[in-house]
Amino acid sequence: MPMSEPQTLIDKLWSAHEITRREDGAALLWVDRHYVHEGSFHGFSQMQARGRTVAEPSLTFGVADHYVPTRGRDRKIPNPEIAAMVCNLEKNAADNHISLFGLHDPRQGIVHVVGPEQGLTLPGLLIVCGDSHTSTHGAFGAYAFGIGASEVAHVLMTQTIWQKKPKTMRVTVDGVAAPGIAAKDIALAIIARVHADGAQGHAIEFAGSAIRALSMEGRLTLCNLSIEAGARCGMVAPDATTFAYLKGRPYAPKGAAFEQAVEAWTKLTSDPRAAFDRDVTLDAGGIAPIVTWGTTPDDALPIDATVPDPARESDPVRAQYLRDALDYMGIAPGKKLTEIAVDRVFIGSCTNSRIEDLRAAAAVLAGRVSKVPGLVSPGSTLVKRQAEEEGLDKVFRDAGLEWAESGCSMCVGINGDLVPSGERCASTTNRNFRGRQGPGARTHLMSPAMVAAAAVAGHLADVRPLLAGRKA
Amino acid sequence: MEKFVRLTAKACPLLLPSLNTDQILPARYLKWPRSKGLGTVLFQDLRFDADGKERADFSFNQPICRGAKILLVGRNFGGGSSREAAVYAIYDHGIRCVIAPSFGDIFAQNAVKNGLLTAIMPEEEIAKIAAVLAGDPEQTVTVDLEQQTISCRDLCCAFAIDPVSRDQLLNGWDDVDLTESYRAHIAAFKARDQQSRPWAAPTTTAA
Repeated sequence: MPMSEPQTLIDKLWSAHEITRREDGAALLWVDRHYVHEGSFHGFSQMQARGRTVAEPSLTFGVADHYVPTRGRDRKIPNPEIAAMVCNLEKNAADNHISLFGLHDPRQGIVHVVGPEQGLTLPGLLIVCGDSHTSTHGAFGAYAFGIGASEVAHVLMTQTIWQKKPKTMRVTVDGVAAPGIAAKDIALAIIARVHADGAQGHAIEFAGSAIRALSMEGRLTLCNLSIEAGARCGMVAPDATTFAYLKGRPYAPKGAAFEQAVEAWTKLTSDPRAAFDRDVTLDAGGIAPIVTWGTTPDDALPIDATVPDPARESDPVRAQYLRDALDYMGIAPGKKLTEIAVDRVFIGSCTNSRIEDLRAAAAVLAGRVSKVPGLVSPGSTLVKRQAEEEGLDKVFRDAGLEWAESGCSMCVGINGDLVPSGERCASTTNRNFRGRQGPGARTHLMSPAMVAAAAVAGHLADVRPLLAGRKA
Repeated sequence: MEKFVRLTAKACPLLLPSLNTDQILPARYLKWPRSKGLGTVLFQDLRFDADGKERADFSFNQPICRGAKILLVGRNFGGGSSREAAVYAIYDHGIRCVIAPSFGDIFAQNAVKNGLLTAIMPEEEIAKIAAVLAGDPEQTVTVDLEQQTISCRDLCCAFAIDPVSRDQLLNGWDDVDLTESYRAHIAAFKARDQQSRPWAAPTTTAA
């Protein structure tokens, strides 16, 4: 490609990591950061079966998050299978000289919260992890995507990965989001527009004034949910917000090296006339608080809407899907979303557990009581400590919610934090799939403020009236 | 990795859209080592009710699907979680080819690393094959990766697959061995990159 041809951010990141490209189009890419967790054990096993070792331990970081208990950390983990998962990660990290943010590390947390928080995630990096929400790290202008166990093994052994260059999609969100509208609402609006598989085969760049206006926490939420539109990675070009967040982070460059880095990072933008394979535009001003009603994240509607009625659907395949989804969710066709009662709430996960998320939920809950039980699991132990310094834990506790330790927790339930079968949960997480929060569990996705509103109301509710006269 | 060239076998129509990896393999089985074999818990919560009884309304439980090595499914198969164990569950159940209008990106990549063919075919063509199978449950389907065709009685349709994945499946190539042949390229890149992107290395701090 001649130098004069305008390039997208995706093009620039790709070419900076390309070691070689085969005739069939597959490229071998250099990996700058490899994050591993308890679930990465298949990758380590595959590596060990070949008698190999980790190629670049200093670029590999372990985080205990998927299976860690959120309660009773001073006790031994009661379930021996779960204990073995945590222990296995510790052993793999120690055997391979990998830095580990383990169960009792004061920096422990969810990998997609810890990476940015520690300054391990930086603009311009290629980042992989055996977790589909690795797209999160694209918020810094990094090329970050989830991989499977065989790819984990390959990266462990070679610090490289074979990939075919994805198509490019630009999602531009201009305008000003109304008060009470969070990055989660913008993300769900995008997913509803492009559909859960609409961005398959693409890398997304999020652009526009409403994206620029987002904090790093908001951008992380947005990029996190790229995979729920089918895109393996999503990114935001780095800017002053990014650099300000990174300055002084433990693993980020310091002093003159930081200034040099910022100079390089500033160039990580799409050139003005760069062409994308697909362009999608949204007006932030038109976005209302959004909740999901069904069993895929694109089953998303503004809170003042009613759930679909299969009888009004002309496409028989779609009608059958609607019937099945409503049946699983236990919702009558055509019901108003605000009439759907919830049994519990969950605030946490790699999507929405950062300090800003906790502040947004606490702003709604302050001085109010939750009508249903609920769990709050901060994104990291450092987020937890900061929230406690700000008194947010007291707000949650006073409202009747449980304040727990950090981990993936009730988003995927494999640590034992489950939504009981048949119960309905208003959740800040990323997937409303059948059984995601536990067999038979019914999940409604929404922003932290909207979860707080559902807690206070006891049913799905518009947060905006609850914010009247309050600082959101 | 086992090669995939041609396969003639029974096929199971399971024409539901968006069967994501949480449906293929519920998260509570992710602790299982591969040696345990994950085929027994494939589609666990769709196949069985809370008491462990087979759900009659789930197509996979129909006699036509017993012993099938080919799966016909709806669009967006394997979206969601990157869990490669979803592929293990399908493979360990004996299935070697999944035919769908579209696949989740990570799932498709995981499949090829394990010798599972993901064939992309339009929904209408899949429906036609399913109709033939509905009339004759013993009818087999032939998948030919060299020709990129799927045939069933008098039907013969082309399918799409990424050419890189096709070559890998046809040859049973192993990525790690292949990458070994680029060892010098990798070393040269690393040396060059450390000069051009000094900021990319993590600064080491005390724990």
